[in-house]
Amino acid sequence: MALTPWSSFFDFAPYRLSGVVYGTLMNHAPALAALGAAASEAPYKAPPQAPVLYIKPRNTLTVEGAAVEVPVGVPELEVGAALGLVIGQTACRLTRENALAHLAGYTVVNDLSVPHTHFYRPSVQLKAHDGFCPISQRVTAAKEVKDPNHLQVKVWVDGQLVQETSTDHRVRDVEQLLVDVTDFMTLQPGDVLMIGVSAGAPLVRAGQRVEIEIEQVGRLQNQLVAA
Amino acid sequence: MNLSLVPAPKAIVAYAGALHSATPDPKGLRLSDGRVVAEESVVWLPPFEVGTIIALGLNYADHLKELSKELTVTTQDAPLVFLKGPGALIGHRGQTRRPRDATYMHYECELAVVIGKPAKGVKAADAMAHVAGYTVCNDYAIRDYLENWYRPNLRVKNRDGGTVLGPWLVDACAVPDPHQLQLRTYVNGKLTQQGTTANMVNAIPALIEYLSSFMTLLPGDVILTGTPEGVVNVNVGDEVVTEIEGIGRLVNTLVGDELFGR
Repeated sequence: MALTPWSSFFDFAPYRLSGVVYGTLMNHAPALAALGAAASEAPYKAPPQAPVLYIKPRNTLTVEGAAVEVPVGVPELEVGAALGLVIGQTACRLTRENALAHLAGYTVVNDLSVPHTHFYRPSVQLKAHDGFCPISQRVTAAKEVKDPNHLQVKVWVDGQLVQETSTDHRVRDVEQLLVDVTDFMTLQPGDVLMIGVSAGAPLVRAGQRVEIEIEQVGRLQNQLVAA
Repeated sequence: MNLSLVPAPKAIVAYAGALHSATPDPKGLRLSDGRVVAEESVVWLPPFEVGTIIALGLNYADHLKELSKELTVTTQDAPLVFLKGPGALIGHRGQTRRPRDATYMHYECELAVVIGKPAKGVKAADAMAHVAGYTVCNDYAIRDYLENWYRPNLRVKNRDGGTVLGPWLVDACAVPDPHQLQLRTYVNGKLTQQGTTANMVNAIPALIEYLSSFMTLLPGDVILTGTPEGVVNVNVGDEVVTEIEGIGRLVNTLVGDELFGR
């Protein structure tokens, strides 16, 4: 239903990204553990039960190689090196057993945010500025990836390796995330669901180049520029 | 104003095997091919091609007061904005599932503002020129599922079929003042919610200025402007009618898990 002006970038057979990109937060077990007792205290009161999800709206979507503007007054952005699950078949009430069969494949997403340390009700603008969601146009077919829960993830800033992590250690692994999300929210072919980034997201400034590589999936490179 | 120049409200409906654009008719609705059919004989879809769905929390002074015990915000803060996906949408006369473990599921009658022209860095004074029109939204919430991480979480607010939109897209030029409209909700015919768009904390021009300061709004994007006080729990079998003066009367029925084999 929601066609985006950016959709033409993504018109490559056999998959077309629909422009609906969902993200997952607080899904890296070590990051959640690092919050310690604070996760059970006010204002949160308890660790998250349901998946913590958000939407990267169509104005945030951009492509491999695109320049991304750093908003005025924001010194640095957080690089969210995220594995994107590209939905291939209508996904509603999936089970662990059939979840991966509903994926067309995987892609690399740079889920950019303005850094923030409070998670009760962060402003939507921290994640929704124009251009804050570069996505690789290359979708790696699901069958090419042996196990999406054990992929190396690397981030370089201006050619220097600044983060080395993996898709391991999720509160919900890929299968469980798909099960829990599609229990109340149907995902359509072309939608993208990001599994959530690891702790220690690198920071970048205008003028820097950021490159993300996910093992077996691909690479994504973008330049940050001043607004 | 010459009323003959005001475009008629438009709906998108499925009838006899095809999708149609439709306009109101004394006998029901008139399809673009000339057929006049009864309101109950069509399947109503959201009345325009929907882009980004932007929703406002706590945008009515009275609703803010109603919820004040559980809140940490005041009218002085930036607008509380959250986003929704297209899967949440459902048309007029549709069914919305009420899960059996929910104890407090409520409707929210909201004026939906549809963007007609791209907007980036638009000032409030110029904002209304970017509005294509208006429709009615009933944005259900299930408070049992509310958690305190990135509120309001999608399990509360982005459920399949939980955001009812329609019946008509009413052209902006047919609505001289969108800030002087009565909102009413009826549950099984009984009036349960009443308010006026005059009580918005952030009015439409301010919302467009705020949103377009960081995100480009595009035609088809829709702003759900929040709900006044008077939300109550609704149950399976209830008919919920959300109505906005001059915009439309939107009907929805709550159904149970059994229909879905749950």
